[in-house]
Amino acid sequence: MDSVTRRRFLTLTGVAGAGALAAGATRVDWGTLMTAASDTPLDPGAGVLVVVTLYGGNDGLNTVVPAGDAVYQDLRSDLAYRPEEVLDLGEGLGLNPGMTGFKGLWDQRRLAVVRGVGYPEPDRSHFRSMAIWQTATPGSASTTGWLGRWLDTLDGDPLHALSVEPVAPPLFAGEKGGAASFPVNGLTLPGGNPGKAFKALGHAQEGEDPWRARAAKAIADLHRGVDTFAEPAAGEDRSAPEDEQSTKGASAGGGSALGRQLAMVANLIEAGVPTRAYSVSLGGFDTHADERGTQQRLLTELDGALTPFADRMRGTDRGRNVVVLVYSEFGRRVRANAGQGTDHGTAGPVFLLGEPVAGGFHGEQPGLADLDGDDLKATTDFRDVYATLLGRVLAADPARVLDGHRGNVDHLIRA
Amino acid sequence: MLGGMTALEDRAAVRRLLDRFGFGPRRGDLDRGFAETLDRLLAPAAPVAAPDLPAPERPAGNQEAKKRANAARADQEERFAGWWLDRMVAEPTATERLTWFWHGHFATSEQKVRSPRAMLAQNRTFRAHALGSFTDLAGALVVDPAMLLWLDGNDNTAAAPNENLAREFMELFALGIGHYSEGDVREAAKALTGWRATREQDAARFTDKRHDRSAVTLFGRTGPLDAPGFVAAVLAHPESAGFVVGRLWFRLVSSSPPPADVLDRLTAAYGPGRDVAATLRAIAAEPAFRDSATTLVKQPVEWLVGLLRAVDVRPSALPDKTRKRVRIGLAGMGQVPLRPPSVGGWPAAAAWLTTSAGAARLTLARAVVAGADLTAVGGDPVEDARVLLGVDSWSDRTRSALEQVRGDPKQLVAIAACAPEYVVSG
Repeated sequence: MDSVTRRRFLTLTGVAGAGALAAGATRVDWGTLMTAASDTPLDPGAGVLVVVTLYGGNDGLNTVVPAGDAVYQDLRSDLAYRPEEVLDLGEGLGLNPGMTGFKGLWDQRRLAVVRGVGYPEPDRSHFRSMAIWQTATPGSASTTGWLGRWLDTLDGDPLHALSVEPVAPPLFAGEKGGAASFPVNGLTLPGGNPGKAFKALGHAQEGEDPWRARAAKAIADLHRGVDTFAEPAAGEDRSAPEDEQSTKGASAGGGSALGRQLAMVANLIEAGVPTRAYSVSLGGFDTHADERGTQQRLLTELDGALTPFADRMRGTDRGRNVVVLVYSEFGRRVRANAGQGTDHGTAGPVFLLGEPVAGGFHGEQPGLADLDGDDLKATTDFRDVYATLLGRVLAADPARVLDGHRGNVDHLIRA
Repeated sequence: MLGGMTALEDRAAVRRLLDRFGFGPRRGDLDRGFAETLDRLLAPAAPVAAPDLPAPERPAGNQEAKKRANAARADQEERFAGWWLDRMVAEPTATERLTWFWHGHFATSEQKVRSPRAMLAQNRTFRAHALGSFTDLAGALVVDPAMLLWLDGNDNTAAAPNENLAREFMELFALGIGHYSEGDVREAAKALTGWRATREQDAARFTDKRHDRSAVTLFGRTGPLDAPGFVAAVLAHPESAGFVVGRLWFRLVSSSPPPADVLDRLTAAYGPGRDVAATLRAIAAEPAFRDSATTLVKQPVEWLVGLLRAVDVRPSALPDKTRKRVRIGLAGMGQVPLRPPSVGGWPAAAAWLTTSAGAARLTLARAVVAGADLTAVGGDPVEDARVLLGVDSWSDRTRSALEQVRGDPKQLVAIAACAPEYVVSG
């Protein structure tokens, strides 16, 4: 596809069109990104991983709901969904009523649910537990994220991994550097002498303080990204206000406008941008009170963003190699608190979507009659899921990234 | 850290003091000595007149009324955030810097609170105790209306405990992870039951019948416990002082923790009065504070306010369009005041040095500098820009980069503000 056709293709496709244009932000970048992708396009056979982080601790039991279980009905009382309310998946489980798109994917065997995912000695702190999931090092502190360590095994080009949020998530932090980050609003840089001067600030300076060296490297990485993707903007910048964030209970981090984030990712993948791992996020899952309405609204947002993404990905060669991982730092306490919410808990379900995914249930459902204190016992270690994705989607050696971890989830990705 | 340490020259040490306890030097600030600068920073601040934000109206059920209420709230938030940014630029003492620090420490977001008035009341509390006693500050925050709305305090009752505030108070505000058990969290929640806040009222109210009077077992001790008793017990825990002092160090000095002997001296200064000003004075006296290696990545707000001070621009004097670009620019860099990403506050260090933040930073610097009077940048422009920004010295890399825009003072200062030597406080 030549550059002009690509430009047209990107302008015409995508949910992003309307949203991005309304914000007035990304027109230049959409155009310039295309030039980019034509220089070092993504191999149409390469697997691509899209990581969706749900910040705040999503209540797994009200996501994949054991509605027919008397213990669940008893412990959850008013917070419980009745069997006729949920979207039946079989084996006594049903999806939250907000997830009608996921149910459609399930029926087409394009959605996998790994049940009871967690890790030994669960931590109930948002920050510790999210750090454990993002660094994949339970039991020890690590300063690198699991995909950051994967980046470290490659050639040092930050564009292999991309965050579409302004602050890079820890899962992308590597020893040698990290991923690139392109917020939904995109990037614009000056041209002429100011552009040259700014770019020159990215040169390494011998003997410099490590943080200053890192600041310089970020400027160099920025230009590397823009040089690959973009022509410098002529004249004024085009930054514009972000949409007013939707107001939702969010005391534990995470992004919003998931649909816009994913539309950006879809455009980049289809344009052939050579990125293999993307990170997006949705916040607001810390539902200590009045959980039912809030969580259902968030799951509806998740469903409404991911279902069209999955359908859109199905339509192109590159898209058919995309696998989406959806996880949260922990599930919630089995017993509801009387504020119609739940406190921090342990294991929860992980979702995988995409054409390479073997749809259906994987792993065992934690039993409600066999709790650890008031909490679910994990049946699958999350590193087994990561290892499978590293090996089967990113064609990497999982043991190198996961400190020798050897587990896998068998038959999760199709042969 | 101290082995082979290179100590800063006096002028650079004064600059560091202004960077870390304030928002950076203004013109003339670097001509004072270290002791005088420290005294000025720790002196009491003049009283400030905060904007008047009427209590939000509860919207009637219809869509139109809701829209109007949302717009009014957004307008109040904008006025408040703009006013605060202006305060930060104007304030000569450490008060606003510490008010900002406490906002990040007891991180509360308007996103869920949905009451700029309650956020402003909390902000006043931060300012009133900014350099005072942590005992008073923590005691006020545990029953602060915005905090109760943020961490579900309203839902924490005898009949139905909600652990959120109790947990975060211990984990993030006053003790640190690893120094309490899950049992302590569940028990502590009981002590905080009964306090409720609304978006309209300025103080939280205690409802006796919602309070759990049963005995509470906290840190192995059992007895009746109310909110002040809980705060006292947590602050009296042997690990609390080191945690609080460590957080001050982390944000004001270095993202590397202080050596044990330094921490001991600082907690001694913090003392039984939990005295923040005395702690800062002790930090300034540490040799490690003068170590040239003790660098700190400026948070976006700190970077922006420092730049505004250096180029002598008050945000309140900016045209509406530029003020809007300031808000957008901060959002692009990932830090919007009154909206921390989570109760854990904002990230630090490398998180601010991303590629996209770099692009947003330059855009913002250019917008801010556009209206500045830069007649001071002229004879030797690259050197003049260094003096204006209060940077100790330019590296060869930066000097040669800036030479390319020496003929255009505005571009020069904007790009210089993005140099690693300015973005990272030396």
